[in-house]
Amino acid sequence: MKFLVCISLVPDTTTKISFIDNDTKFNNDKVQWILNPYDEWYALVRALELKEANGGTVTVINVGSAENDQVIRKALAIGADDAIRIDATGELDSFAIAAEIAEVVKSGGYDMILLGKETISYNSSNVGGMIAELTDLPFVSYASKLDMNGSTAHLERDIEGGKEILEVDTPFVISCAKGMAEARIPNMKGIMGAKTKPLNVVTPKGIAPLTTVVKYELPPAKSACKMIAAENAEQLIELLHNEAKII
Amino acid sequence: MAILFFVELAEGKVKKASFEAASYASEFASSTGKEAIGIALGTIDDQQLSDLGNYGAKKILHSNNTAFDNFDANQFAKAIAEVATQVNADTIVISQTLAGKAIAPSISARLKAGLVAGAVGLPDANLVVKKGVFSGKAFAYVKVDTAVKVISVVPNSFGAKKGSGSAGIEAVNITPASSRITVKEVTRQSGDIAPLPEAELVVSAGRGMKGPENWGIIEDLATALGATTACSRPVADVHWRPHHEHVGQTGVAIRPNLYIAIGISGAIQHLAGVNQSKVIVVVNKDPEAPFFKAADYGIVGDAFEVVPKLTAAVKAFKASQH
Ligand SMILES: Cc1cc2nc3c(=O)[nH]c(=O)nc-3n(C[C@H](O)[C@H](O)[C@H](O)COP(=O)(O)OP(=O)(O)OC[C@H]3O[C@@H](n4cnc5c(N)ncnc54)[C@H](O)[C@@H]3O)c2cc1C
Repeated sequence: MKFLVCISLVPDTTTKISFIDNDTKFNNDKVQWILNPYDEWYALVRALELKEANGGTVTVINVGSAENDQVIRKALAIGADDAIRIDATGELDSFAIAAEIAEVVKSGGYDMILLGKETISYNSSNVGGMIAELTDLPFVSYASKLDMNGSTAHLERDIEGGKEILEVDTPFVISCAKGMAEARIPNMKGIMGAKTKPLNVVTPKGIAPLTTVVKYELPPAKSACKMIAAENAEQLIELLHNEAKII
Repeated sequence: MAILFFVELAEGKVKKASFEAASYASEFASSTGKEAIGIALGTIDDQQLSDLGNYGAKKILHSNNTAFDNFDANQFAKAIAEVATQVNADTIVISQTLAGKAIAPSISARLKAGLVAGAVGLPDANLVVKKGVFSGKAFAYVKVDTAVKVISVVPNSFGAKKGSGSAGIEAVNITPASSRITVKEVTRQSGDIAPLPEAELVVSAGRGMKGPENWGIIEDLATALGATTACSRPVADVHWRPHHEHVGQTGVAIRPNLYIAIGISGAIQHLAGVNQSKVIVVVNKDPEAPFFKAADYGIVGDAFEVVPKLTAAVKAFKASQH
């Protein structure tokens, strides 16, 4: 089976977010980039597990500049066989990214396209559904379980307050949530091997974005926390009712 | 011109988030001289749909084709896109529920209509829409460069605004695309407690509770308040609590009206998923716990003493309300 895992780069989870150029650009200075945790922990690891069980190849794909290569190699160190980087630069939105990936999907003969449920940077959850639509493949989002039986996938998908159990035949697109797999730490052999695995750079089609970010903003600073003595804990309820008007 | 909003159904009912979507669409429609029209797909009685009129909807289009009773994002997106074209909608509003997160991008790609995923406010005069980014650590103002726009609205951000009005219900004939997904089974938690992503009141606890056997006092407080329970990541990782309760940057991101954090230190990754809550209460025995910096109300104390007091106070308060 041929697996394609979309991987995105995001600022490390401890990053202090700030902006430059009159709040029109994210401040990259000193930012440590990591693989988007959902792409890495759930989508990539589950693809590797399925490959290990049933055979096949796992390719990772990223849209971005050569600066991304070092982080892409981490996905190879975890176990992906090869990588594709679509060499697009400039401000891309989810649509432009999805459309570039869709071009690779159309000619790649993949059985399954996996990605995380969302990025922790833009929190949009857009790319999977867009790839599916652009390639006319079925889409299952927020899957927490995936098992294969021949070419049929047995899946669980999160819904509000519950689960749905589904079946779908390959090829399809799937976004992965908690429950899918456990994070893997690359070992020395993986890290050494990653250096020589193929990382193929492809020229983008140059698909135009449909949206632009005009400005960023940090949330207003919180006003000071009102402290209540533990002995008078019950006062909290009165404050929540009369002051915060929340209960 | 119209603003089309999607009416999401679950178990033969209109989902709460759809009333908010109706309010959002209606307010945007009236500020631009347009009409808010809803589209409902699947089995529901029209009486329930007409309630959306109280939230400003002028008309609800309804396809009661049972093919829509099972969710398939492609199928729903195709149907909604078709209706959007029919009614000449220039904006499509979807609640950013789990289903909405799958439908909105599909419609966007299908119609080549720019999407703002996770709007927290109405478009401004220049049609720029505010959305959360970096897991609650910042906001972005997004301009949609296409004539037709798709906006998905974060649940509990805009609010459902009930007024009075009536919506006409019209049957629409849509031929559903054949689904390639087979739904085998749907399970939902029973009871009246709202699922975490929709909850207005949340009581959450962390490693400070020492072990799963101590969650009784957390559940008691949640029950007294009518709140949903949540937890920090390490607590779910060691299976003290179920995975779906894990909130934070790598768990569920929530924005309830009230978030009570008990025995949770307030790590940056935890805060990322909860800092959009309207009011945050922190109970922690360590006065230096970072969570106090993000809190509106704080109690320094031992959870095992403080929480039962809170529960008793909530019960007394509820009794006094009757
Ligand atoms: C990539 C990445 C992603 C992550 N994502 C998430 C995420 O999504 N969600 C998340 O929650 N975490 C996440 N984490 C983990 C996060 O960094 C913290 O480790 C975690 O949130 C700590 O959980 P905690 O507050 O329950 O435990 P601790 O940090 O151990 O804090 C326990 C707190 O309980 C207090 N306490 C102890 N006893 C009592 C008592 N008797 N009464 C009152 N208070 C008491 C202590 O003072 C302390 O503040 C992530 C980490 C990484 C690296």
